[in-house]
This record gives sequence, structure tokens and C-alpha cells, in this order.
Amino acid sequence: MIAFTVTGIMLLASAVMVVTTRDLVRAVLWLAVTLVFTAIAFIQLRADMLAAIQIMLYTGGVITLMLFAVLLTWRRAEGKPQIEIIEWARGILAAGSFLALIGSAILRSDLPSGPPLSESNSALIGELFLRDSVAVEHAGATTELQGHILAFEALSVILLAAMIGAIVIARRRDAA
Amino acid sequence: MNPSVELQAWLLLSAALFSTGLFGVLTRKSAIGLLIAIELMVNAVNINFVAFGFARGDHTGQVIALFGIALTVAEVAVGLALAIQMSRNFRSLEIDQAQELNG
Repeated sequence: MIAFTVTGIMLLASAVMVVTTRDLVRAVLWLAVTLVFTAIAFIQLRADMLAAIQIMLYTGGVITLMLFAVLLTWRRAEGKPQIEIIEWARGILAAGSFLALIGSAILRSDLPSGPPLSESNSALIGELFLRDSVAVEHAGATTELQGHILAFEALSVILLAAMIGAIVIARRRDAA
Repeated sequence: MNPSVELQAWLLLSAALFSTGLFGVLTRKSAIGLLIAIELMVNAVNINFVAFGFARGDHTGQVIALFGIALTVAEVAVGLALAIQMSRNFRSLEIDQAQELNG
């Protein structure tokens, strides 16, 4: 309970800092804090491997990439930034009403209340990725879980396409 | 803690995180700022998947969240490439300036 409260407060506080800081470099660094606390939330939800991947891929990879992009495109801000009270009010209105909608939906609906995950099982996740179906023993009964091999293969094609696309888009036109 | 109450708490937390990201998308003017805010929203969605998987005693939620993470990383790479190209062509990252396709 205490762990959840601390994680939740830190997640929300750092997320608010991400969207309210004017300086983009600081926003990226606050995003790193948010991502680390998301990894801590994953650990509390028995998703240890996901937490490790979150830290490696996001706080390691994405933050570095974003910092590079921010610094490469750095322009000194011209003049004083004018206060965007109207835009902020609009944003708070839209985000607040969305939160109210979703929140009331969550509070009213019947949520699944099966026995929660008791331990993290990284090997099972790997098998779910690479097999057609996986037999799992749970509470004495064996159930077949559907594997995700097709989505895994499609994902690798998407990653290749994204990589080539990023290189082609970011290349200088005149250099070719 | 009662598991369904715990799930409710996680869902409310991730809804708040998503709304913060939504606020960022609506107020940011630079392309990279938008990408950062979208990143927040994707994180909230991933927490949702993992929390549902946790409450149902099912590992599939984590598998889906893993797909989400990989897709987001690809999206960020392409988005940042677009942002760099945009700063070359328009000398700025302000998304309001990119209006050439605006018929």
C-alpha cells in the first residue's frame, strides 16, 4: 500500500513536470524519472522482465535518442514566451473531463477479481512469444494459452521498416 | 489489499497519467514536446495492460505491453527523424509552421 502510494505520487508528479516545464531538455529528463517509476510499478505488478526492458529500452534508449534530437534541433527561443492561459485552460478542461469520464467508468464497472499473479514468470512470457500455444498448470488444472508468434514476426518486420524509414527521413537531401 | 480494489487504484492512476499526457499533447507547440507527451500516454496504457494481467492472474497482459513498448520505440525513432527533418526545412520545431500541405 505504501509502495503503491509512493509510486503513484512520484509518477503523477514527474508526469506533471514533463508537460509543464518550458525547457525541452528538462522535460526529457523528467520523462526519464516517469519511465523509471513506471518500471517500479511493473515490479509491483509482478512484471520483472517488463521492468528490465522498460529501463533498458526507454530510460536507456529513448531518452538518449530524445536528448540527441532536442540538442540537434536546438534553437534559442526568440523573445519572451507569451503566457498561454487560454491554451492551458483548454488543455486542463479537456484532460480533466476525460479523466472524469474514464474515472467514473472505472469506479462503476465490475473489474475482474480472479486470483492475482503471485510471482513473475519471465520464461512463460518468452514461450508465449515464440510458440503457437503454451500449456500452463494453474491451480491443478492445465490450460492452453494462445501464443503470439505471428505478432512477434510482424513486429520484427515493423521494426525493420521503422529503422529504414528513420534513416531515409533524417538523411540530408542535398548530400545524396 | 483486496485485489479488485488494487486493480481499481492502478487503473485510476494510469487514467490520471494518460490525462496528463493528453494535456501535454494539447498544450505543447514543439514536435518533440508532442512526442514526449505521447510517450506519457503510451506508458499509461502499458500500466493498464500489466495491471489487468496482474489482476486476472494472466501473463498475456505483459506480452501485449511488450508489443506496445517495441512499437512505441519504433514510433519514437521515426518521429524524431521527422522532427530533425522538420527543423531543417522550417528552421523551427513549431508544428503550427508546417502548413504546406494545408490546402
